[in-house]
Amino acid sequence: MTVDFIFESLNQFFPAFAGNSLFLILSMLIPIGALLGFITVYGFGVIYSEIKVSSFMQDKTGPMGQGPGLHAGKWGLLQPVADGLKLFMKEDIIPATADRPLFILAPFLIFIGALTGFIAVPFGETIIITDMNIGIFYIVGVGSLAVIALILAGWSSNNKWALYGGMRSAAQIISYEIPAGISLVTVIMLASSLSMQEIISYQSGGLFNWIIFDNPFMPIVFIIFFISTLAETNRTPFDLPESESELVAGFVTEYSGTRYALFFLSEYANMFVVCAVSATAFFGGWQSPFPNFLSSPAWSVFWMLSKTLALVFVMIWVRWTVPRLRVDQLMHMCWKVFIPIGLFNVFGVAIWTVLRG
Amino acid sequence: MGLVHGEEMVLNIGPQHPATHGVLRLQVKTDGEVVSQITPYMGYLHRCFEKHCENVTYEQVIPFTDRCDYLSSMSMNFGYVVAMERLMEIKVNERVEHIRVVMAELQRIASHLLCTGVFGLDLGAFTPFLWALRDRERILDLFEMTCGARLLYNYMWIGGLSHDIPTGFIESTLKFLDSFEPNIDELENILAHNKILVERSADIGVMPKDIAISYGVTGPNLRASGVKWDLRKNDPYSIYDRFEFDIPVGEGIKGTVGDCWDRFYVRILEMRESVKIIRQAISKMPKDGDVHQSLPKKIRPPKGSVYARTETPRGDLGYYIESDGSAIPYRLKMRSPAFTALSVMDEIAAGWLLSDVLAILGSLDIVLGEIDR
Repeated sequence: MTVDFIFESLNQFFPAFAGNSLFLILSMLIPIGALLGFITVYGFGVIYSEIKVSSFMQDKTGPMGQGPGLHAGKWGLLQPVADGLKLFMKEDIIPATADRPLFILAPFLIFIGALTGFIAVPFGETIIITDMNIGIFYIVGVGSLAVIALILAGWSSNNKWALYGGMRSAAQIISYEIPAGISLVTVIMLASSLSMQEIISYQSGGLFNWIIFDNPFMPIVFIIFFISTLAETNRTPFDLPESESELVAGFVTEYSGTRYALFFLSEYANMFVVCAVSATAFFGGWQSPFPNFLSSPAWSVFWMLSKTLALVFVMIWVRWTVPRLRVDQLMHMCWKVFIPIGLFNVFGVAIWTVLRG
Repeated sequence: MGLVHGEEMVLNIGPQHPATHGVLRLQVKTDGEVVSQITPYMGYLHRCFEKHCENVTYEQVIPFTDRCDYLSSMSMNFGYVVAMERLMEIKVNERVEHIRVVMAELQRIASHLLCTGVFGLDLGAFTPFLWALRDRERILDLFEMTCGARLLYNYMWIGGLSHDIPTGFIESTLKFLDSFEPNIDELENILAHNKILVERSADIGVMPKDIAISYGVTGPNLRASGVKWDLRKNDPYSIYDRFEFDIPVGEGIKGTVGDCWDRFYVRILEMRESVKIIRQAISKMPKDGDVHQSLPKKIRPPKGSVYARTETPRGDLGYYIESDGSAIPYRLKMRSPAFTALSVMDEIAAGWLLSDVLAILGSLDIVLGEIDR
């Protein structure tokens, strides 16, 4: 379901207008519309499950004992809708001393960073907006756009807490790009490709062909990558930029209403993207875990989504379990633990690949 | 730390801030993330407690004591009635003494639960906080069963109690204790031995013995520094000399004696000791005895003064009462344990990172109602 595929179908259905440049624009807008729809549905779903998972973990009376009576709608299904409506109906406040253009730009920038990552995510065997030959590299690249947005948000708010949050996020996200990148290098070495679809087709043929079981180094690589992605998406235990008990709300302190909702939504969108990369790079993407078992293109969407959402669930699980690291411990862990181990893994996998032939 | 120096920035933590446990303002000087100086400003919750007391009768003071340390109102009532009974030389009956001990220890558990939970929350762990509050709710249910209030009880009266314990209270309390003991282990496992929490709190904000003593820090904060000082043992009031229990002290298991982790862990150990005391008090409680001592409507204590101190969840609470023989106190002064705990802040927290300062503040377990009074 690539852009090219839509373009060609349009040309076939309307041969009279074949090659019309309008079709080209349309074939780009259709996937983006679908993507926005998907992000909205996914956003409601993941916010709902964050509420539910946390409630069950925290032994709250609502889901554990009181039944449906206390919730918004049946089983609280309307709670994310209520939250969203509340945010969108709020007054739009821009502080008088804020740097107005930058303050307005920051939430859009972070959302663009989150949204453009989806373009290279393979949702299924045939469903990928653009299977570019540098797909994985592209996702890592646009993922770093978030840093600029966070610094802009922190700086333009003209608030000391926001400034702290912005500076922390800059240090954190830039640092953790490196172990995440190094981990992906090992995957690229094995698959000999940067294209998402080719990395997945390298892992065809069931569970034991997945990259995480490829050689003894890969589980370590995956753990480093997963922890680094937690840091890149500002999830606990790395939620220092917005740590609510220290920095009030960090870089989002001065944001409210729709602008805050954009920050909020892009955090969850980013979670999906990084988990999709994890699923692609380590768990065979849309491949079925067993050869020739439910492996049609339609089922491939199911496999991809279930793998990604399982990883998203782990992120939620971690968030509600552990405390937060301190800023120097965070840096220590990145530069003195993950990067040396990551580099060692790169060498290990290189030698392994050469010896295996 | 702090090898590279930059420009210093003055940062106001509070009065409205999620980690200040009320309305406290910490003015900190920061160099990047490193905090060089901390000045606490309080008084945002000042309600003229001591001055008010000079205008009301002795019994009307009790609701005011509730509102000082609103997280351990029972202990605050207890301290005041102990002082008054010492001034008036009243002896209350056995049943009342036992009920008071049960209530005070339940209150200690409730207060420590909140403290340990909030300490986790300050470090970013949300779930243990709600687990702690879940158990605290059940203690508040017990209090509600007894006197109808969940936060401000006005339960202990001079010479007695406002109500006798209701039918079924003993059974409910024992049932609560049985299910609560495993929950302490659960709380300990998720927090105290969590690698990240140990990293965040061990060796942080060390309060050595001599500093703790010279600042007058008391309660769990002092015991965490390795000083075995608990008024329930060292200067027993009520009937505390009859119970078997240990006084946990900080041993520096994960770091240095007197660090944040010790202050947090001592409270978990104290909850276990409180459970022991409650069980003993319940088993020894006499079946009969009137909880209302026959006193005149207007209490007129003899001329004189008294200073009585009791062990609240936060430390030595002292009441100094000066009586001129009339129905209202001439002067009432309260020695607040949280106030001294806050004053040590600059001494132990300067030089640490911003995140550590809030962890240290959380580990000191302050209540602003009691500091500002």
